[in-house]
Amino acid sequence: MRRLVSTRALVVTGVLLALVLAGVVSHYASDRPDGLTRVAADKGIEPRQQDTPADGSPLAGYDAKGVDGNRLGGAVAGVTGVVVVLAFTGGVTYLVRRRRSGAARE
Amino acid sequence: MHVPDGFLDAPTSAATAAVAGGVVAVALRQARAELDERTTPMAGLVAAFVFATQMLNFPVGAGTSGHLLGGALAAVLVGPWTAVLCLSVVLIVQALLFADGGITAIGTNVMLMGVVTVLVGWAVFRTITRLAPRSRAAVTVGAFLGALVAVPAAALAFVGLFEVGGTADVPFGALVTAMLGWHVLIGVGEAVITALTVSSVLAVRPDLVYGARHLADSRTLEVRRTPAEAEATP
Repeated sequence: MRRLVSTRALVVTGVLLALVLAGVVSHYASDRPDGLTRVAADKGIEPRQQDTPADGSPLAGYDAKGVDGNRLGGAVAGVTGVVVVLAFTGGVTYLVRRRRSGAARE
Repeated sequence: MHVPDGFLDAPTSAATAAVAGGVVAVALRQARAELDERTTPMAGLVAAFVFATQMLNFPVGAGTSGHLLGGALAAVLVGPWTAVLCLSVVLIVQALLFADGGITAIGTNVMLMGVVTVLVGWAVFRTITRLAPRSRAAVTVGAFLGALVAVPAAALAFVGLFEVGGTADVPFGALVTAMLGWHVLIGVGEAVITALTVSSVLAVRPDLVYGARHLADSRTLEVRRTPAEAEATP
């Protein structure tokens, strides 16, 4: 099969795209309630919602504390999220992947 | 579709957490077969991309929005078990850092968005790619339809959980109609984003698309000869 770009180029481009989407484009996302939130409001489920301990997180609501209330708060939250998810998933999959040498665990 | 704390009672939340934990444990073992040194970097990218895209709510009419869930997309790109891991990471990070989805509801959200969308999306995708002729177009169409079906399926799974352990009294039929109504629309957006993303990766690196491996397998080596050679060695 055709390989137009290297794996590294694809991953770097993809991560940069994710950073731009989470850090910049997210500012223009719809702020209307999503499907479940809407149904919960319409059907009287919403009052059952409880606060979560994570409400005190500095990134709660995708708005970074200290720079919250403007586009910077959303950008810092989005970029931080992409980096954390990338590192977390990278770590997990690095540990479970097959080794080419076959000298891996098991 | 992030379920907050309080929508489901404690026993139901505990049960979904136990089942979700079990599925993630299985995924940790099974994902090994999907991940090698070449494809492992894709898993991190897919999880980061799903996280970013989940922030991009698109309007679906009448003051309501939806966002990509990403289960079908991840399954087609990195394989279903790795997809369960990717989505679980996204959902755990969202609950703990961003207060998006409850803490006691993490198991519920992993089940709905990390397991149901992945398994339903993958099942539909595999059905399409088995029935259709082997082609990139079939992979893209399969991804589209898998995503299209996965979102309403997750919405129905929520209704099922709510019937068992919901904390408000909502008639079953009314909840089904409301959830399906919005999530069929959101599924269309999910399908479009999924198909665009899968076809983009297919265009540059089809070998890195887990769901397109059968395209490479179908090519067999053949010995090609010039006409002169063919005459010399019949």
